[in-house]
Amino acid sequence: MDAVWSAVAKLYGEYGASLTSLALIDYDVEKKTAVIRTSLATVDLVRASLASITSVAGREAAVHVLAVSGTIKALRMKVRR
Amino acid sequence: MKKTFADLHLRLNVKDHTTALQVITKAAALGYRLIAVPFPPETRRDEVAKLKAVCNEAKIDFASRIDLRPKTQNELMYQLRRLRRKTEIICVNCENKQVARQAAKDHRVDLLNFPLLDFRRRFFDRAEAELASNSLAALEIDVKPLLALEGPARIRFLSSLRREAAIAKEFHLPIVVSSGVSEAKLLRKPREMAALTFLFGLDKASALKAVSQEPAAIVKRNREKLSAKFVAPGIRVIKEGKDC
Repeated sequence: MDAVWSAVAKLYGEYGASLTSLALIDYDVEKKTAVIRTSLATVDLVRASLASITSVAGREAAVHVLAVSGTIKALRMKVRR
Repeated sequence: MKKTFADLHLRLNVKDHTTALQVITKAAALGYRLIAVPFPPETRRDEVAKLKAVCNEAKIDFASRIDLRPKTQNELMYQLRRLRRKTEIICVNCENKQVARQAAKDHRVDLLNFPLLDFRRRFFDRAEAELASNSLAALEIDVKPLLALEGPARIRFLSSLRREAAIAKEFHLPIVVSSGVSEAKLLRKPREMAALTFLFGLDKASALKAVSQEPAAIVKRNREKLSAKFVAPGIRVIKEGKDC
């Protein structure tokens, strides 16, 4: 989550980051997938920040968005599909 | 209708088949249906055919592309005469103002690209946009520097892109957003590429167009022109022979 916060802060500054209401809901270590929550108004801002991540904890990495949804239930259904 | 996402600028080394295969497979997995790889003009046809076969295997459409780096207007005209009928996409890297102006008004040029980090040599201004809007050229923006740069360099790059995107919008000049990457780990999904364009002021519709419709339209138009049935814009052979 530090990588996400840092990417948002780098691109949009601390003020921008404060608008996102980012929160980690779930993280699956095996599948390497995470569910994060953000406010609807800043979805695109967070998407751009996630795309700009090139390393996590000093190791090269890329973060891809699998699905975006308004509820966690719908999100899980989308990802399963 | 489902969008055809395209990345017209994958910098692959034709001779390094393992990396090429890796990048192409990743591009297909991320949702791209059309890619273009720039080749040096002297590349052998069998090397291009090999890459095309790899793309067919990955079920991804492949377009040939040549990046020109002429130093003078005459050199540009010569290269265009020599190469236009041989390749599907021609991109001109405008390294000086004369070349940039000539490329913008020439109907044979598909993409205009400017030096990524040399901000003084990014000659995309209102005059350039006006010339390009009367021809068929589009402005190509590579997102790789957005991923690779940090701090003041990225700020400067973004500010320059924002200015250029606003000018392009004002003159209704198409923008094509490409990755410009050579490694699989720097590839991003088409919608993520679109999200990155929000950073320099594109709206959602234009951003999605820049990674789907605009590049696909360039390839479609040129394939039509390169086909044997093409006569002139709007005219093509439908039937030949005695029954006409």
